[in-house]
Amino acid sequence: MSQANRLAGGLIDRSRGISFSFDNKRYTGFAGDTLASALLANGERLMGRSFKYHRPRGPLTAGSDEPNALVELRQGAFREPNTRATVTELFEGLSATSQNRWPSLAFDALGINDLLSPFFSAGFYYKTFMWPKAFWEKVYEPLIRRAAGLGRLSMAPDPDVYDKGFLHCDLLVIGAGPTGLAAALTAARAGARVILADEDYEIGGRLNSETFVVGDTSGTDWARNHARVELLSMPNVRLMTRTTIIGTFDHGIYGALERVSDHLAHRAHGKPRQIFWRIYSKRAVLCAGAAERPIAFANNDRPGIMLAGALRSYVNRWAAAPARKVAVFTNNDDGLRTAADLVAKGVEVSAVIDTRADGAKVADADHFRGAQVIDTKGRLGLTSITVRLSTGETRTIACEALGVSGGWNPNVHLTCHQRGRPNWEPSIAAFVPGNCPPGMTVAGAARGVFSTAAALTSGAAAAREALAAIGIKALPADTPKAEDQPIRIEPLWHVGSAKGRAWVDLQNDVTVKDVKLAHQEGFRSVEHLKRYTTLGMATDQGKTSNMLGLVVMAEISGRSIPATGTTIYRPPYTPVPIAALAGRSCGRDFRPTRLTPSHKWASEQGAVFVEVGMWLRAQWLPRPGEIHWRQSVDREVLTTRSSVGICDVTTLGKIDVQGKDAAEFLNRIYANPFGKLAVGKVRYGLMLREDGMAMDDGTSARLAEDHFVTTTTTANAVAVFRHMEFCRQCLWPDLDVQIISTTEAWAQFSVAGPNARRLLQKIVDPQHDISNEAFPYMACGEISVCGGLRARLFRISFSGELAYEIAVPTRYGDALIRALVDAGKEFGAVVYGTEALGVMRIEKGHAAGNELNGTTTALNLGMGGMVSKKKDGIGSTLSEREGLNQPDALNLVGFRPLDVARPLTAGSHLISGRERAEAANDQGYITSVAFSPSLCHSVGLGFLKNGAARKGEVLRAVNPLKNEEVEVEVVSPHFVDPEGERLRA
Amino acid sequence: MRYSGFKIIAQALTGHRGWKPVWREPEPKRSYDIVVIGGGGHGLATAYYLAKEFGEANVAVVEKGWIGSGNVGRNTTIVRSNYLLPGNEPFYEFSMKLWEGLEQDFNYNAMVSQRGVLNLCHTDAQRDAFTRRGNAMRLHGVDAVLLDREGVRRIAPFLNFDNARFPIKGGLLQPRGGTVRHDAVAWGYARGADTHGVDIIQNCEVTGFRIENGKCLGVETTRGFIGAKKVGCAVAGASSQVMAKAGMRLPIESHVLQAFVSEGLKPLLPGVITYGAGHFYVSQSDKGGLVFGGDIDGYNSYAQRGNLPVIEDVCEGGMSLMPMIGRARLLRSWGGIMDMSMDGSPIIDRTDIEGLYFNGGWCYGGFKATPASGWCFAHLLATDMPHPNAAAYRFDRFRKGLMIDEKGMGAQPNLH
Amino acid sequence: MIINHPLLGPRDAQEFVYLGDATLIDRPDWQASEALDRFYEYLYLRDNPAGMHRELWFHEQGDRSWLVVTRNTVTHEITSVELARDVARARGRSK
Repeated sequence: MSQANRLAGGLIDRSRGISFSFDNKRYTGFAGDTLASALLANGERLMGRSFKYHRPRGPLTAGSDEPNALVELRQGAFREPNTRATVTELFEGLSATSQNRWPSLAFDALGINDLLSPFFSAGFYYKTFMWPKAFWEKVYEPLIRRAAGLGRLSMAPDPDVYDKGFLHCDLLVIGAGPTGLAAALTAARAGARVILADEDYEIGGRLNSETFVVGDTSGTDWARNHARVELLSMPNVRLMTRTTIIGTFDHGIYGALERVSDHLAHRAHGKPRQIFWRIYSKRAVLCAGAAERPIAFANNDRPGIMLAGALRSYVNRWAAAPARKVAVFTNNDDGLRTAADLVAKGVEVSAVIDTRADGAKVADADHFRGAQVIDTKGRLGLTSITVRLSTGETRTIACEALGVSGGWNPNVHLTCHQRGRPNWEPSIAAFVPGNCPPGMTVAGAARGVFSTAAALTSGAAAAREALAAIGIKALPADTPKAEDQPIRIEPLWHVGSAKGRAWVDLQNDVTVKDVKLAHQEGFRSVEHLKRYTTLGMATDQGKTSNMLGLVVMAEISGRSIPATGTTIYRPPYTPVPIAALAGRSCGRDFRPTRLTPSHKWASEQGAVFVEVGMWLRAQWLPRPGEIHWRQSVDREVLTTRSSVGICDVTTLGKIDVQGKDAAEFLNRIYANPFGKLAVGKVRYGLMLREDGMAMDDGTSARLAEDHFVTTTTTANAVAVFRHMEFCRQCLWPDLDVQIISTTEAWAQFSVAGPNARRLLQKIVDPQHDISNEAFPYMACGEISVCGGLRARLFRISFSGELAYEIAVPTRYGDALIRALVDAGKEFGAVVYGTEALGVMRIEKGHAAGNELNGTTTALNLGMGGMVSKKKDGIGSTLSEREGLNQPDALNLVGFRPLDVARPLTAGSHLISGRERAEAANDQGYITSVAFSPSLCHSVGLGFLKNGAARKGEVLRAVNPLKNEEVEVEVVSPHFVDPEGERLRA
Repeated sequence: MRYSGFKIIAQALTGHRGWKPVWREPEPKRSYDIVVIGGGGHGLATAYYLAKEFGEANVAVVEKGWIGSGNVGRNTTIVRSNYLLPGNEPFYEFSMKLWEGLEQDFNYNAMVSQRGVLNLCHTDAQRDAFTRRGNAMRLHGVDAVLLDREGVRRIAPFLNFDNARFPIKGGLLQPRGGTVRHDAVAWGYARGADTHGVDIIQNCEVTGFRIENGKCLGVETTRGFIGAKKVGCAVAGASSQVMAKAGMRLPIESHVLQAFVSEGLKPLLPGVITYGAGHFYVSQSDKGGLVFGGDIDGYNSYAQRGNLPVIEDVCEGGMSLMPMIGRARLLRSWGGIMDMSMDGSPIIDRTDIEGLYFNGGWCYGGFKATPASGWCFAHLLATDMPHPNAAAYRFDRFRKGLMIDEKGMGAQPNLH
Repeated sequence: MIINHPLLGPRDAQEFVYLGDATLIDRPDWQASEALDRFYEYLYLRDNPAGMHRELWFHEQGDRSWLVVTRNTVTHEITSVELARDVARARGRSK
């Protein structure tokens, strides 16, 4: 199809034709086009449907504030719903589809909503759909949900790649129109580090849409070939096009979305689709320009009706006329520019309707002063407008496009992201920035200074002022000459006494009548208005509608516009893909993965790994022929208990504690005393939070008078270290103690089982006597292994067996596991994973994460006696509160099924005798269970009210989720070797 | 004026001229039997139930701004009663039952939508904890379903089952959980309270309490002194600020919680889904937007706005869990101020000052509690006795060691 | 947010972990009379001001300093940053 509405000139590259499709129809456009400009050039005005009434719509704007022309861009997994055609750069093969319509854009069945609109008044749904009660979820809501929504997600994982980055600068200039360019040039020439960002793909801002002269050349030429060239020549400038500053955050931090590849058919190799930047700026100048606003009148939403400035953009920048016969409706001088530019481009201007009596005359156009547009016609595209003349008579004028200008609103959004409120400026009938976030100044149209000359000087002045505040001196401004026309405006917001519906929010179909109804029903605050009518809640966040809505409310309620106020501006300025905010932190890279020193070895063995916090640990290590995990785990447990097993326990937190007062420090952070621990000995420690709940447990080994090595659980390693630093720095700043985390410095392995010592004796260097006499249970020492490698040996046991933990510098971890396995061959040693570790600790009755759940005290855990009353320890005072010491407090006990064939389930609750399984009879719960290969039945740990005194009692472990009950006997939590003979062997 | 579909048709045919204000805008009287401070969900619900269920006709709600302008107007609309502890579960189930009958009760469609709340688990320990919680719910007579991985896949096949850093192992589903149109809750309660004679006084900020001999006689406001036999404070987010005017320090910190909504999309999510390995929960509104959130920013704040680290963290969680939302765009963010209490549970109790009552500390779970909170606070105000379902929400539980700590995080509010 | 670390200069707040009110430095004496009440007030009650707030931040992904940051909870403006150890000593804490 030919580009019937393509004009001469424009900033498009006619040597590069681009073919694209919309709703499967093929078109051509040019490089430099947007999807909207290319469709308009091809004579297409209809591009979308509204949200509620499914009204046919064409583009209202030529920018990111577009409410109407939303499409599904690209195909398959690349589909992007709700994409603004007005800012979508055309690329070869672009494929777009209209949305929120069925079966087609031109014929949409839900257009019926438009006929029913009298019943679909604002908030109608709050008043109905309540009967019968069950119908809401079954009938009404599914219907509403299906009708609502805009575009469709593909439901396939986003196939693109996104990056994040961090930038620092002295001055961030937001917007690269004349104001921003002047600001950036001023700052850059002063040597400041400058970032200049603009959402458009061309710099120049409005200059590209106007026919202004800057200096002695066109505005566009000045921007492109003077300002841009100079900025690019300076190494202290970063010029970022296709980059939207989306939010102002604390302390000069700005969020920015750079669309790196969206203008390309395919993302270039090695490039992300988009980059989300955090920009750390010392100062910022907001040069975000202004956005035009419409005037509401009956049927002001038809395809072909657009903002006058947008019309000018299409004609001047893209050489695309929305139609061959165009009218203009304005309340200010700027609208007249559109008429003049249209005429200059050879487009027929069938009428200029100026609401003012004294507007200037535009050559070659029928002029109606003191007139208003009161209605329009044309279902799928404008065909005519009805004008009420100053004489009161009405006239119908044929036209296929109408440019509307109700004035310009400074883009104050980013000044308000920290709850600043804008101020009303009557001379331009608009809000201008009020209190700005610290470090931000505003220049140009964004502060209500509309002429090009004023934009240039205010941009330069703002930059100088910002630099002065950070001690950088800028040279006097050297700004080129430019037009300095005032914009005369006589505010007119909506055409009164119209019979038809006059749209305020086009996307959400909020009309003047809806605003009136909201007022009538008491929703008079702007926030109530917004929430009741959905005004400003569409994908454009009300950029073209909020002002109009609040003014209508102000008029009805008799309050002034500033007293009526605005709703709150919130980030982001324009919508940001969720994937861009996530960057690379998704999929398997959601969080870092920490690998243990034996990971490579375990991978070679075919180990099954499990996520433990950030760590990956071997869960079990299947041997050939084992087809069920239980076979592997049972073997690992039984072999360990009968001979010897090896387990990587590097993930346990390790904290090196040194200093004269190290023992006293541990004495205070643990509930049990540490002062008298002998050098060469290890002690179990129970750490409480200040509220008396168990926080963590571990061991502390005294390697020297002033040197301990403390361990934590894997899960709490970070929190415990932080807590210890808090105690050290904030509570007892003069204790002579230093701590450092050595979790990743030492590879540590547990060697457990009757043959543990014999195995270790093969690798521990012979000068170290590790016999039971020389190195008894709870001994520790610094030794060497494998012929001189320094190591630490701790005789501690989690499994309940004769056991050691041996540590070597991490880089030897891989060598050590291989040496241990090699040395263990003669004993048939196994390497066991976290499952076997868990089974053995449950068999032994050791508390772990499921028991240390943050709500259990030492008393609950059966360690009440460990809390020393003779010393100050964190948590000791508050653990004495009555609620934590009640007679029926929960105690940790063991459970054994009466029928040994039945498995227990962790999370079951305990019910006495034949009592009903209900909350009032809840006696406690099972925390951890395992199949004990040693006992050949399921065993469990759990908390039972007054459990310590209830050994032998039979209870029901109920699991209503699975409709199960198992009779259990309350037993000691120590299923294996309750006397602890093995670990002392 | 009773609302119905017939009324809408009748009004449509007469140009909607007959609709009346949803609540009156009365001048404050010199005194009331009961003054409720705070025109949010909890305060309005309290007034509604005081008037409707406890026969208190002489009641006022005083609100600093416009009603519903606090957290009831800026939350992620989730309702559920999937709690673990005996101090909590009966209360939240009471609330759920009230939700289920609310719209017929106050004749306003708040779009109570019980499409289910699914909490995902990613480790064996999490599954054990969910089993314990689900069983506690069942023992309280509340619906709960424990799903394995395949069960989750049947409900939400679009989740990341193939390429996850923390694989989905299962989930705990409460089918009766869901969402409610949050603003409509405030408006519905306001309309109901107003109909029963409650004065709702907007733009009326409490500047102090008149306390004599240990007894509260009323409130000083920007619209003058308003006397009251009893004053109930329900101003979560600002609890510490208001109660400080009565000389009280609370076991509460104020924190900002951000929430987010995407552009409108055709239906894709079945109900509420929460991620167990990151900070992310999501539902889809009837309008089509994905409504989602994550963790609080973590520092004390009254600013009603947050910062990028949490915004990014939430989106990372979202992308990890459901990578098909990547090309949906985040449209708007907002921040609400949470009363983060010292054990993650609320307070509904008398104070040491006679005639002054307190309701707060809801952390970021206050919305779902709105009906029960209103009812139980009304019960306390009207009868001077705690409602049985809220009896554990006492001030002195911290002193006595009777914390209600669902998460087991202890006295650090930003971890709850 | 940016915290101007007294030793390291301006750092992104994301490197830090927040604890809460700096009064957590003032841990009561376990042997004081009514120690239980004092510990209760110390651990559970807060001024929670809307305005200037002295608060504890830990430079977890940095030098492990605990800092006392004076920050406005309404505007988030930070007016001073001190090493918590110095603050603790100034408040009379020692061993």
